[in-house]
Amino acid sequence: MEPLIPPTDLDLQVAIGPLRLANPVMTASGTFGYGAEFANLVDLNRLGAMVVKGISLEPRPGNPPPRIVETSCGMLNAIGLENVGVKRFINQKMPFLRTCLSRVIVNILGDSIEEYAFLAHELSGVAGIDALEINISCPNVKKGGVAFGTVPEMAAAVTQAVKRETDLPVIVKLSPNVTDIVAMAQAVEQSGADAVSLINTLIGMAIDARTRRPRLANIIGGLSGPAIKPIALRMVWQVASTVSIPVIGIGGIGTAEDAIEFLLAGATAVQIGTANFYNPGATEQILTGIEHYLRQQGETSIRAIIGSLRLGV
Amino acid sequence: MSEYQENSVVESIERLADALYRLTLHAPCIAAAAKPGQFIMAACGHSLDPLLRRPFSIHQAATSGTIQLLFKVIGRGTNLLSELRPGQSLSLLGPLGHGFQLPPSGPLCLIGGGIGIAPLFFLATKWLQQPRPPESCVVLLGSRTAEEIRQLATDFSELGCLVGTATDDGSLGHHGLVSDLLPPFLSDLKQVCTCGPTAMMAAIAGLCRDTAVPCETSLESHMACGLGACLGCAIPGADGHYKHVCKHGPVFNAEEVAWSR
Repeated sequence: MEPLIPPTDLDLQVAIGPLRLANPVMTASGTFGYGAEFANLVDLNRLGAMVVKGISLEPRPGNPPPRIVETSCGMLNAIGLENVGVKRFINQKMPFLRTCLSRVIVNILGDSIEEYAFLAHELSGVAGIDALEINISCPNVKKGGVAFGTVPEMAAAVTQAVKRETDLPVIVKLSPNVTDIVAMAQAVEQSGADAVSLINTLIGMAIDARTRRPRLANIIGGLSGPAIKPIALRMVWQVASTVSIPVIGIGGIGTAEDAIEFLLAGATAVQIGTANFYNPGATEQILTGIEHYLRQQGETSIRAIIGSLRLGV
Repeated sequence: MSEYQENSVVESIERLADALYRLTLHAPCIAAAAKPGQFIMAACGHSLDPLLRRPFSIHQAATSGTIQLLFKVIGRGTNLLSELRPGQSLSLLGPLGHGFQLPPSGPLCLIGGGIGIAPLFFLATKWLQQPRPPESCVVLLGSRTAEEIRQLATDFSELGCLVGTATDDGSLGHHGLVSDLLPPFLSDLKQVCTCGPTAMMAAIAGLCRDTAVPCETSLESHMACGLGACLGCAIPGADGHYKHVCKHGPVFNAEEVAWSR
């Protein structure tokens, strides 16, 4: 059947706080490098936004191998936040990213509140950066290693410190490894976060029964991929039903139908993560699939489906 | 450098030994761009389980648009590959990584252990595209039993290589390690290229270092993307920094790798 609504008449724009995206399809941090890695395989100008690999103040070498292991419909990773550090990121990676039409969002991580604040300050004046995403799943070295993302007061403090240092929109990426993710979302919303993205990976483990050894050198790692989608969808729905800031859905999205489920649950945009590994064309296929869905549903705007989950009879 | 996500079509699948297969695929974009030592990521199966693509070095690439993969069934991914039949499709990503750097003139020695023999056939083919005598391409193959290398040893001989073999059980050639066969050739060699078990490559790297013969080694690792994004395929480098098999490799100069780990 021919589309009733031509693609050019579809309005795919979404707003993440003050940040406008041409469409809701983003890449998830740590799964798309610094963009250039996918330049031969994906039209980087078509993406709503690219979230680059998490950046710390100093370069980090990462964990010893093995760093990844495949699990049922998913994978565990313990990369150890390997990255080039903020200076090399700005000097070596930003020039290419500035040539792309899609928005560039820089994921930042640190061992202390001061480090997050300093990173926000350093990145704020850099041309071509459209927003920051705070990875709060890191341990707070100064506070005994408890992750910022598991204590609402600590997540709030990081958010405030970053907001003080930047005028860029600030997205806080939430960890699912908590008792109450809604409380975390509320804490960062009250501290000025412009949006939340969720979920980061779920902590998991794999063992080789034959050798009786853990399959990851780090013993435990973050689970991602289709296996975590139902959990992510539930958390996105719960958070989106509670907070007023935009929610970005992440977790096991590999197809347009997956992405649409998150939009229906209340996500304003989605990030594609592990799917970039097993299907580098995933982002563009999802975007095309969303357009097709809107036409099928007789909708002209993506915003008509966001949060339009039907409940009750 | 160009990479393609290409839906290849199976032309043939041959069983060379018990669990050893050779798969011929029509993949014109990848075949045209491939260089010896590069690899592809293959999506084994059509479901989300197994989820990740599997890396395979390119065993052969022909101007007719075909590539070959040599693989051993070791798990679910390779088991699915072994069930492929002519006419079926296989999604490939490639060619990926950094291949073998070759000297302008030989002699060259290619040393393969087990399934590590795979990339050396493409390398030998390219090297012998110029007319060269067999002594300019010495090929040493090692495996557990004769069955695993008999066909491959014949293929290398027919290509015009000087072939030596070693097996763990003595069923073909030297009874022992393939690296035992290298020393008599070392003094004349311009370069060694090797792929196989880490212990084998470490021993060969040591022999080459002692005699100042350049040595190129092809490494393997688990990896999720093959593109330098997941950073899952780290190996310790000689300089104390991690290197990524997918981007810095899979072929490294032996001096770049920390072998004692």
